[in-house]
Amino acid sequence: MGEKVIEGKSIFIKTEKENRKRYKFTRTLPLHLMILPGLILVLIYSYGPMLGLVIAFQKFIPAKGVSGSLWVGLENFRYVLELPGAIQVLWNTLWLSFLKIIFNLAVPLTVSILLNEVRKEAFKRGVQTLIYMPHFLSWVILGGVLIDILSTNHGLVNDFLGILGIEPIYFLGDNNWFRTVLVSTDVWKEFGFNTVVYIAALTGINPALYEAAVVDGANRWKQTLHVTLPGIAPIIILLSVLSLGNVLNAGFDQVFNLYSPQVYESGDIIDTFVYRIGLLEAQYGVATAVGLFKSIVSLILISISYFLAYRFAKYRIF
Amino acid sequence: MIRDNSLSRKLFVVFNYILLSLIALTCVLPLIQVIAISFSSPEAATAGFVKLFPVDFTTAAYEYVLGREEFFNSILVTLKRVGIGIPLNMLLTILIAYPLSKESKVFRSRTFYAWLFVITILFNGGLIPLYMVVKATNILDTVWALILPGAVPVFNVILLLNFFRGLPKELEEAAFIDGAGHWTVLWRIYLPLSIPALATITLLTTVMHWNSWFDGLIFMNSPDNYPLQSYMQTTVIQQNTLSIINDSGSVDLSKISDRTARAAQVILGALPVLIAYPFLQRFFVKGIVLGSVKE
Repeated sequence: MGEKVIEGKSIFIKTEKENRKRYKFTRTLPLHLMILPGLILVLIYSYGPMLGLVIAFQKFIPAKGVSGSLWVGLENFRYVLELPGAIQVLWNTLWLSFLKIIFNLAVPLTVSILLNEVRKEAFKRGVQTLIYMPHFLSWVILGGVLIDILSTNHGLVNDFLGILGIEPIYFLGDNNWFRTVLVSTDVWKEFGFNTVVYIAALTGINPALYEAAVVDGANRWKQTLHVTLPGIAPIIILLSVLSLGNVLNAGFDQVFNLYSPQVYESGDIIDTFVYRIGLLEAQYGVATAVGLFKSIVSLILISISYFLAYRFAKYRIF
Repeated sequence: MIRDNSLSRKLFVVFNYILLSLIALTCVLPLIQVIAISFSSPEAATAGFVKLFPVDFTTAAYEYVLGREEFFNSILVTLKRVGIGIPLNMLLTILIAYPLSKESKVFRSRTFYAWLFVITILFNGGLIPLYMVVKATNILDTVWALILPGAVPVFNVILLLNFFRGLPKELEEAAFIDGAGHWTVLWRIYLPLSIPALATITLLTTVMHWNSWFDGLIFMNSPDNYPLQSYMQTTVIQQNTLSIINDSGSVDLSKISDRTARAAQVILGALPVLIAYPFLQRFFVKGIVLGSVKE
């Protein structure tokens, strides 16, 4: 009797397992189906171009296709390195993105702390509304605005400098000024929007900490130094670590809409360089090689930054 | 908050209000001046008389820009792009975010799929190979070239899937027990609960589509197919405005100049964003915070 029961039980368990398997498949089938359309598009338009990277090692001629073009190994990479100005382009990219990263962290942080001190909600909201706005305009629009206000011929900025007795400056055509223009206009466009994250973090600081600081005799400045800043330190560290992945992205949209041959020396970056070699000079293999170099370095940097962010801030993107 | 009425505090508060007002002004003054120029006469604009208010008020520059066939065509292309692109983006975002928001226990392939999508933001083929693929799929010079390559906005997928994960599990468990399938749960439970997140993502997508200019420039062979921002890039930035003005016989050249025409275009290009902005601003702060800050 006893044996039979056990046997019956095992049979029961087995069919349940099988059932569950089938059940699981029918349960997850809709999930696979949901992903399918997006997956196909990504395979074509994101993974397809990755396969196309092979032309970085070819003297690629469109008429002959990938299979008919000549393989040249690392020749394209060597060619670029020997181009006059290649090192300058790399340097411009690194220096510009470094400055942008620093100022895009520091300026929004300062503005957030100042905004946090404002007690009048309406004023605070008004300022926020105005400073978020440039973020939503494209670099084509802002390029049009900047070309106008930075012009030497009665542009807003030069007229203002004129009042102070300063000679008009050719901001968009002077190598001494162009990088300053790029960094400051980038900060101008993004600082407002970048305050969003800081302000969220600031409201998360426990008010009891401020009260305790006051009891200990701390003034406002001391409170900022010893309560506010440590309170949002994790988010500052997180943002700076994550910005590491952007070291080779010095802002194609911005540079492309503001630069001109006069300022290639100070403002030409990898992405604009690739654009000119690839689409204007039709050296497809060479342009792809530079793009590949950039992609690989960026991948390494992003991986490092996400690893650090996960390790120290338990940050996960999904 | 503790009140602090010392003199230095009062000074700081005054200073703070002034500084923040100035900062906010720098964000709008340039735009205000461009608006002023767009409504001014060419003589006043060229001579630098226009500061923050129009001088010799005229709408000639707008009449000129709006009367141009190319401008009109480019707006049609942009509308087409927005009309097809946004629904497609949203549909794909939702359909991908839902399965990926499941636990790996429930959906075993989740991690694999998630990486497949995330890799595309970590690494890409670059400009030329993308162009080759777009060409090979035969969508060059059509509106699809502006839509399909970016049809899956992976960042938005991540935003939405993080939002989905924050929804109470009890609701879907109850629905599953009542016999609902995944489609029903997504449609009847997830989507109605995600309106703020969906509104935010729709905003981000709309702004992205409206503002894109580079894809139009490279994927469209004929300038007739340029979307608005690409058309503006060629006229406003590459500064062909004057030559175009010279081409057209119908315009009275004494009423517009290169500068006023450019200003009018800039304002027209920015207008939809500026109009929609105050309404949408309420949504996005909430939505972005929801996506980026996790417990």
